Amino acid sequence: MTTTLPAAPRALPPLGPNRRLKLPKQAERTLANGLTVIAVRRPAVPLVELRLWMPFGRAHLARGAMLAQTVLSGTETHTATQIAAELQRVGGGLSAGVDPDRLMLSGASLVTGLDRMLEILADVLTGATYPTDWVDTERDRLVDRIQVAQSQPAHLARTALLKRIYGRHPYAVQTPEPDQVRAIRPPALRKLHAERVRPAEAVLVLVGDFQPERVLDGAETALSAWTGEGHPVDLPPAPALQPGPLLLVDRPGSVQSSLRIALPAVPRTHPDHAALQLANLVFGGYFSSRWTENIREDKGYTYGPYSAIEHSVAGSVLIAAAEVATEVTGPALLETTYELGRLASLPPKPDELEQARQYALGTLQLGMSTQAGLASLTSAYAGNGLRLDFLAEHAARLAAATVDDVAAAAARYLAPAHAVTVVLGDAERVAAPLAALTPVRVESA
Amino acid sequence: MPTRRARIPATKYPVERFTLDNGLRVVLTPDRSAPVIGVAVVYDVGIRSEPEGRTGFAHLFEHLMFQGSENLEKLAHFRHVQGAGGTFNGSTHLDYTDYFETLPSNALERALFLEADRMRGPRLTEENLRNQVDVVKEEIRVNVLNRPYGGFPWLTLPPVMFDTFPNAHDGYGSFDDLESATVADAADFFRRYYASGNAVLAVSGDVDVAEATELIERHFGDVPARPAPDRPDFTEPDLTVERRTSYTDKLAPLPAVAGAWRVPDPIGDFANYLPYVVLAEVLTDGDASRLVERLVQRDRSVTALGGYLGFMGDPFDVRDPTALLLQAHLPPGGDVDKVLRTIDEELDRLATDGLTDGELARTQARMATHLLRDTDAVLGRALQMAVLEQQRGEPGLLNELPRLVGEVTDEQVRAAAATLRPERRAAIEVIAGGAR
Repeated sequence: MTTTLPAAPRALPPLGPNRRLKLPKQAERTLANGLTVIAVRRPAVPLVELRLWMPFGRAHLARGAMLAQTVLSGTETHTATQIAAELQRVGGGLSAGVDPDRLMLSGASLVTGLDRMLEILADVLTGATYPTDWVDTERDRLVDRIQVAQSQPAHLARTALLKRIYGRHPYAVQTPEPDQVRAIRPPALRKLHAERVRPAEAVLVLVGDFQPERVLDGAETALSAWTGEGHPVDLPPAPALQPGPLLLVDRPGSVQSSLRIALPAVPRTHPDHAALQLANLVFGGYFSSRWTENIREDKGYTYGPYSAIEHSVAGSVLIAAAEVATEVTGPALLETTYELGRLASLPPKPDELEQARQYALGTLQLGMSTQAGLASLTSAYAGNGLRLDFLAEHAARLAAATVDDVAAAAARYLAPAHAVTVVLGDAERVAAPLAALTPVRVESA
Repeated sequence: MPTRRARIPATKYPVERFTLDNGLRVVLTPDRSAPVIGVAVVYDVGIRSEPEGRTGFAHLFEHLMFQGSENLEKLAHFRHVQGAGGTFNGSTHLDYTDYFETLPSNALERALFLEADRMRGPRLTEENLRNQVDVVKEEIRVNVLNRPYGGFPWLTLPPVMFDTFPNAHDGYGSFDDLESATVADAADFFRRYYASGNAVLAVSGDVDVAEATELIERHFGDVPARPAPDRPDFTEPDLTVERRTSYTDKLAPLPAVAGAWRVPDPIGDFANYLPYVVLAEVLTDGDASRLVERLVQRDRSVTALGGYLGFMGDPFDVRDPTALLLQAHLPPGGDVDKVLRTIDEELDRLATDGLTDGELARTQARMATHLLRDTDAVLGRALQMAVLEQQRGEPGLLNELPRLVGEVTDEQVRAAAATLRPERRAAIEVIAGGAR
């Protein structure tokens, strides 16, 4: 279509003054049993969000996964169906998930149902029974779910990348094999629950339409019968990345290649973190990044390339991920390496940095603007020993980072020479194009 | 003992509506609880309006709306939204296409400028078209071709249930159709469907109504007036004989099945449609729901289960014809026929014996939580109100949904269940070609 441009182009309106980051009203209490409870007020909708973070490092992989799958399967007083129905009655629901650092129980309900949801939560924490028939059913379901996951390229690529990054560290394998799951019986789950589902060092976050102090009282009443010492674990720091040949995992017939690049990163509290976050945005951390503008908007190699810093208790890592057409796998790696190298070698332009900075600051505001967002953020921070007031500190660091700071962070962390690269794809078609750019080692999936 | 039911709460988001001289309808819903805004523009055109031979065109065109416009170069839209601290996207549905941003509230005028500029006219060039055809093909590979259960059942079931092109065809599109799309097609599509009279603008969040109204007049007031096109009739007769097909998914490790039944017109017959929305939850929401209890826990014939209204899971933003869907993944070697028979048996039981004490009330309470939770995000409110305005002229319905869901009766849910007969069902089975 031929558009006739007006004689005088219209000018982009300027932004109004920035709104200051305003923290919500909150209260915190550590109960006698060691549980920390953080209550945050956001009255927008008459609901409450719940996140219970329990340290779970070094828990047995298959048992941990099965515990998450079955912790809501019944107590001395309620069957699984009754637990679900009782929660539903107050508009509530709970679910459990596990990763190498924590066991998490999450949920939401009508705010009028908070006390009931906490009662049920307490019943589960102190009296989960892991009934045999339920465990049998859920074991089969977990096996099925793992098999479905293992048929998905994103899962296979991540599995290969974790193994490559972490070697012998406990983070190296995060999904159990079906046979390991098949071996789990209720007594092992009861034992793991007794050892690890404990209030000491756990953090309960509640966000909603309530008065925080009153909610702390309610949580204390409901959860004080939950007891048990902490379970200190010796989690070694994550190993430094060991660059080497590109690992090509063969997936015959794949119409796309899953490209994964790991780079070093630092924890949220590290002095380089804000500058690294900005450097990552300029590289590939948002749509208006060099990487997306290059391999999607210019070349059309991919739909959604994305890079992000992942924080875990034992360390942080930056992971860049893209699904690219099989026939352009080599060129996509070339452009990716180019963009990393360019940012590691030359400072970003001031307007690129300003754009990334505004994005980082703006999305902090957006992330805090819902109950669910606030709950997840508060919980993620608390799991790493931080509180919401760190947001203000982080915002100040983002605001203060200079072009030189960001260039230095890019040189230190984004240099392609430090990268660990894994590609999942059809080796017959992509091995040679990749080998033209870098040494390649091929493995079967 | 009859159980006490939770009181269903309501939201009171205010609603201001007006129409500009060029026909653009506007909805404002201010809420100053956080310094953020949502801006949504919804055009009344979707997958069902694609011309034959141009499958996937509505979605491809959505991509082209991000490729620059009258005063904006390619990439400028993304940079201006994100450089203001915001995020953006667009999505293509059966009956509408939406474009949206959520930003800190100091960027209100900028967002309005960006949306108005592309409403006046996107930059449709050969280069941008070819680039976005490539991007869309990668999107289809990620979401459909390179993964197990790709497009199941939202792309695979409509051609079983429906006979006419608008309802039956693949909304992501064939690579052939996408590759043969031209700039002239895009210009025609824009002229016909992206008219001011065919659009709704909604703004939610931290805004002052008077100031926002003035800014909207300033930026959208001189968008040339074009009327909405006539909307074709997409109705099709209900099924009277069961339809069943199957296909092999070479990546899928487990069998799966989905069944769908036509439901009353979500717009014209809302009162009779709503019980089906509740029925889907009674059947499948959580461990205490009927089909999860029976199929997953008792029979162990199903490993994962879902039930919802609309092929895209969009109960309140889809027009007739649409359906109630149930989908199930089975354990290795599972028997699809048996699962469908058991579903029929459970529907019969529900239709005959009705619900148990408290079953409906707890389902409604849980639905209220889900509905309220969706409105907490400022952008969610703008998007939903824009579509409610477009399809019903009733954006304030958003505040009423939890209560209306709560007023559905046992008798209505029973009656809805009684209509889900096997002879009215369209079903599709996924054969696990990737089973090990």
